[in-house]
Amino acid sequence: MAKITLNGRPVEAADGTLLIDVAKQAGVAIPHYCYHPALGNPGNCRMCLVEIKGAPKLMPSCRVRVADGMVVSTESPAVAAAQSGELELHLVNHPLDCPVCDQSGECGLQDYYMSIGRYKSSMVEDKRHFEKRKPVGPRVMLDQERCIACTRCVRFLAEVSKTHELGMFGRGHQERIDLAPGKTLDNPYSGNVVDICPVGALTDRDFRYQVRVWYLDRSDTVCPGCSRGCAISLHTSTQRPWHNGARRAARIKPRFNPEVNGYWICDEGRYSYKALDRDRLGKVLKLKPSRAELSWDAAFSEVSSRVKGLLEDHGPQSLAVVASGALSNEDWRSFKKLFVDSWKLVNFAFDPAPDQAGEEDALLRRRDKVPNLKGGAALGFGDQIKSLPWESLAHSIEAGRIKGLYVVDRDLFGVWGAKTPGLLEGLELVVFQGPWKGSTGDLAHYRLPATAWAEEDGGFTNFEGRSQGYRAALPPVGDAQPDWRIFEGLLAGLRAGRAE
Amino acid sequence: MAVTVRPVTRPERDLAVQVYIVEVLKGLGVTFRHFFVNLGRHAAALAGVKAAPGAVTIQYPEDPPALGGRARTRHRILRRSDGSPRCTACLLCETICPARCIRITAEDSPAVVIEKRAKTFEIDLGLCVFCGNCVEACPVDAIRMDTGDLDIPAMDRRSMIWDLEKLMRDG
Repeated sequence: MAKITLNGRPVEAADGTLLIDVAKQAGVAIPHYCYHPALGNPGNCRMCLVEIKGAPKLMPSCRVRVADGMVVSTESPAVAAAQSGELELHLVNHPLDCPVCDQSGECGLQDYYMSIGRYKSSMVEDKRHFEKRKPVGPRVMLDQERCIACTRCVRFLAEVSKTHELGMFGRGHQERIDLAPGKTLDNPYSGNVVDICPVGALTDRDFRYQVRVWYLDRSDTVCPGCSRGCAISLHTSTQRPWHNGARRAARIKPRFNPEVNGYWICDEGRYSYKALDRDRLGKVLKLKPSRAELSWDAAFSEVSSRVKGLLEDHGPQSLAVVASGALSNEDWRSFKKLFVDSWKLVNFAFDPAPDQAGEEDALLRRRDKVPNLKGGAALGFGDQIKSLPWESLAHSIEAGRIKGLYVVDRDLFGVWGAKTPGLLEGLELVVFQGPWKGSTGDLAHYRLPATAWAEEDGGFTNFEGRSQGYRAALPPVGDAQPDWRIFEGLLAGLRAGRAE
Repeated sequence: MAVTVRPVTRPERDLAVQVYIVEVLKGLGVTFRHFFVNLGRHAAALAGVKAAPGAVTIQYPEDPPALGGRARTRHRILRRSDGSPRCTACLLCETICPARCIRITAEDSPAVVIEKRAKTFEIDLGLCVFCGNCVEACPVDAIRMDTGDLDIPAMDRRSMIWDLEKLMRDG
């Protein structure tokens, strides 16, 4: 342990820790651009200069490791003058087009300008001009003029994604970020360069001009995109509904979790928010034999009495349940209570393949594109209760052994393709429950709207068995209820039926 | 936009108020006081005696109102030399507007130098409080409140909302 004095206050830290990190832990924020805990410390922005007693000059705190007895000041007049001078240099060629810049409101230059900036610049020369609007990839827009050459993006692409699309080109006054010859910034993690860019040089083409950041609300949640379960922050725009193309969810940003995803998320997860405002279910509907809107109570009693009838006539083998790892831990629990403990069903299908399997890599992405298979496994789904192979489920339906199907948030067209309507036509009862309209829902007798992950509190258990809670970011769509409430409602409906 | 309502308690009505006659006489008293004071002032002016000027009724709308040079009147959106709106859709006016009467959506502009432009720009003049903050906030001098036009009433609320095309008419 090293004992240092920081701004006259004694602070203890492990030997060899970077001074900037020690200060951050002690609650002293030192301005910086180039330093990023996951991307190293080139020390090129010079914003983090501090005064260390005995050192002949100011030292960059991102390159100094603490040693016992160090006396550090981050507030001395010399430090303040140096930092505001550095900021002035960063602003020499910065176009100051904050009014049209998407970073405005969460920009490192703006923040430090307000706290330590020199309000009068001594620059009278013209600013240099580069490309203002260069799409460097399908998801990222580069503005070379706004760049302050911190090289965070270059380091991310070299060290984390290891794809090397961006580099520094030119020297001195002509130094700029650009694409490496023949490359496009289209790796599956490209969106992260937007997050780490401390200024508005790299912006998200998807988010571009949709909504100003000060209209966003932020909620801590967990990405439902794959079994990794990255910690994310969902940004929603509900204060002014005409912004953001009238969609409620505006973007997803990674949330630091050293145990799961570090500082990063993949692009698949980043843009998965779009589904939240597309093709959603909000009404409790009976679709067959004739279309009618039901109240939840009516739906619970009708569905549970029809299930009861089916089970009495043909036994518990006759109803199969299709589910997926999109259910939360809480949903799985009520799921088991209803289907296994109460209805005593035996036919379940929840295997992610083929429709919920995708690409995987060594960094974050996992093959199973559902967040919570482990939550089900913790209750025995996959172990004691095996997932039926999809083909044998189809055969059982064709052979008439299975007369009813309860589908929880799964589009069967992804599994069975074009033969799905034929299979579902012959069934006595098809119940569809889920947040999204899908072709399967249209073929059901009853269609029950459930909330999506962003509209409920819950928890996901990732592939390592790590459970993370998430909070509702948005109100439910229409009459939608969390899956577990629907299961509990059906359970109550069945109990009420028994009492009669 | 939703209309918000604030309940206000009515003052107590005692007997003197409820019989009306006292209040009617009080009101007439005020009317007659003004009538005779003004009559006296106009008579004094005719007679060439120096006194406070008498009140004059302006025959609006037959006579146009006399506005001060800095009066804030109906907005307009200014044009660039090529005729396109100056607005860059930065949303600063929408952000500062205390009446929340401005609605802007943005899009990419084909011109690289300007980058961003308004896709839609609407001001609900029925909600506007004519504070002029939007004019102060605009970084590109795209919006001004100097038209001198106060004849903005319409027969329904929807027509009180002016879009970009309408706001640029005298840009």
